[in-house]
Amino acid sequence: MSIRVLRPGLLTTIQDHGRHGFQRVGLCPGGAMDQVSLALANALVGNPPSEAALEITVIGPELEFEQDTLVAVCGAEFQGSFPHNRPVLAAKGTRFNVGRAVRGARAYIAVAGGFAVDPVLGSRSTYLPGHFGGFGGRALKHGDVLPLRDAEAVQRFKQLKKKAKDGTVRWSAPPLTLPDREPILVHVIEGQHFPSFDSTSQRAFFDTVWRVAPDSNRMGFRLSGPPLGRPQADEILSGPTCLGSVQVPPSGVPIALMADHQTTGGYPRIAEIASADVARLAQLAPGGKVHFARCSLEIASELRRDARGRLEAALRGIAWEYGEKDRP
Amino acid sequence: MPKPRPLAVIPLGDSACYVEFSSALDLDVNSVVQRLALVVLKRQVPWIRDVVPALGGLALHFDPDHAEFPAQPLEESLALVLDSLKQAEAAKDNPGSEVELPVCYEPEFALDLQEVAKKAELTPEEVAQRHAAAEYRVLMMGFAPGHAYMGGLDARLAVPRRASPRAIVPAGSVAIANEQTVVYPYAISGGWNVIGRTPMVLFDASRARPSLLWPGDRVRFRAITRAQFIEMATGR
Repeated sequence: MSIRVLRPGLLTTIQDHGRHGFQRVGLCPGGAMDQVSLALANALVGNPPSEAALEITVIGPELEFEQDTLVAVCGAEFQGSFPHNRPVLAAKGTRFNVGRAVRGARAYIAVAGGFAVDPVLGSRSTYLPGHFGGFGGRALKHGDVLPLRDAEAVQRFKQLKKKAKDGTVRWSAPPLTLPDREPILVHVIEGQHFPSFDSTSQRAFFDTVWRVAPDSNRMGFRLSGPPLGRPQADEILSGPTCLGSVQVPPSGVPIALMADHQTTGGYPRIAEIASADVARLAQLAPGGKVHFARCSLEIASELRRDARGRLEAALRGIAWEYGEKDRP
Repeated sequence: MPKPRPLAVIPLGDSACYVEFSSALDLDVNSVVQRLALVVLKRQVPWIRDVVPALGGLALHFDPDHAEFPAQPLEESLALVLDSLKQAEAAKDNPGSEVELPVCYEPEFALDLQEVAKKAELTPEEVAQRHAAAEYRVLMMGFAPGHAYMGGLDARLAVPRRASPRAIVPAGSVAIANEQTVVYPYAISGGWNVIGRTPMVLFDASRARPSLLWPGDRVRFRAITRAQFIEMATGR
């Protein structure tokens, strides 16, 4: 029971909901950059939303299924002759040749039953800087054979096969995190050190259309635009950071902290991204454009509840299509 | 000493907050924060996923999708901290464990020892002796898994960070800057002055307790020879 990697793509890793509870020893939660698309892909193949899937980045892999597998791809749209946002029956010998991302940057390939890799500290996520978790603690390479947990995958495959035509179904999950156009709008609340920036920098932060710089990665997105400065460039006491914190090092180039971020930092935090918008930001490829809008903590919390509501409605919709629950 | 009190509850977005006790490093305040962190952890609040003691306060990371996540998480967090603070202040025992780390201060590993000695107007041997003589306290962890910021450095050894950081500092490097000491858990970039190396593995995700050091731990360094270093490094 396995998938063979014929071509690994730019950065393909196993990721799940993340590794929580170890930030006090400096280990970030990590996990999928776009948790919403991870949850949708898992639901489409009957997995719990937190199950591990393949996170593919900008240039996808080529995979061969070595037995009948129920699979789903959610998140960014990639070139290739496989349907997005639907469960697909990949019969033994099927190849997914995934090309470049045409909209968004990251997609999740979930398989029914999940991947048979051991959890490390409670998670199957690959933590690249620490070389652990996922598949050998690293990104996939040519020739890798990914073992699958069988579980109810075959049964699920057969269940869907009765309904499916041409290997898939007519219904699909909504793409909840893909940008319709750029720049995308991302909501932030003012960070602890926002008042210490000069007024020009404060305005520039909200007036600029920022570009995701090429040296961005799973740890953080560097944002190209005007350098931001503080009139008193005093050092601040190192303190905690969070997914979505926007730090400004002395270079003046802001860095939005992403899934594999450092858990503490000594740079001033100009803003904190609303958690509802983190998955959408994660869908920007290098060169992608983002615009920040200021909001209150109350609005950020409301946006989170709304986003959660949309995801839950989509998950209920998928469950209904499988005939499991009442119509949403 | 006046009892440390929260100055502010600072939202870190909508899913975490930082309860700040001090905006400058104060070892007494940090010691209270360490006790506080242990009390809060023991309460096992279901909607709090991570409790992170920092230099000047406590960060709480939420699970906002948890059924019990409150409508006013900042208020609830402050109430939790204030309530836990009473218990933390009443506790008499020392929080954290005692950890001894063997360190080889010989030139092969002590990349910046000469430079530090020159700045501190001491001999390299005196720098090593002073570094190994002090007791340290883990004030905060971060930068990388298992990476502890430790306070208690001899004031004579307080030298600034290197002007240009090294692209790669070898794993296990023991380094100092300002009034703190650290041990690099992995080969990573860093700007602290390297004065020795430990053969111990600071972070190993496959261990039941992955990190050798935890917040609040009391740490001592014991000087070892190069031969002992190699024996310990190969025997692990």
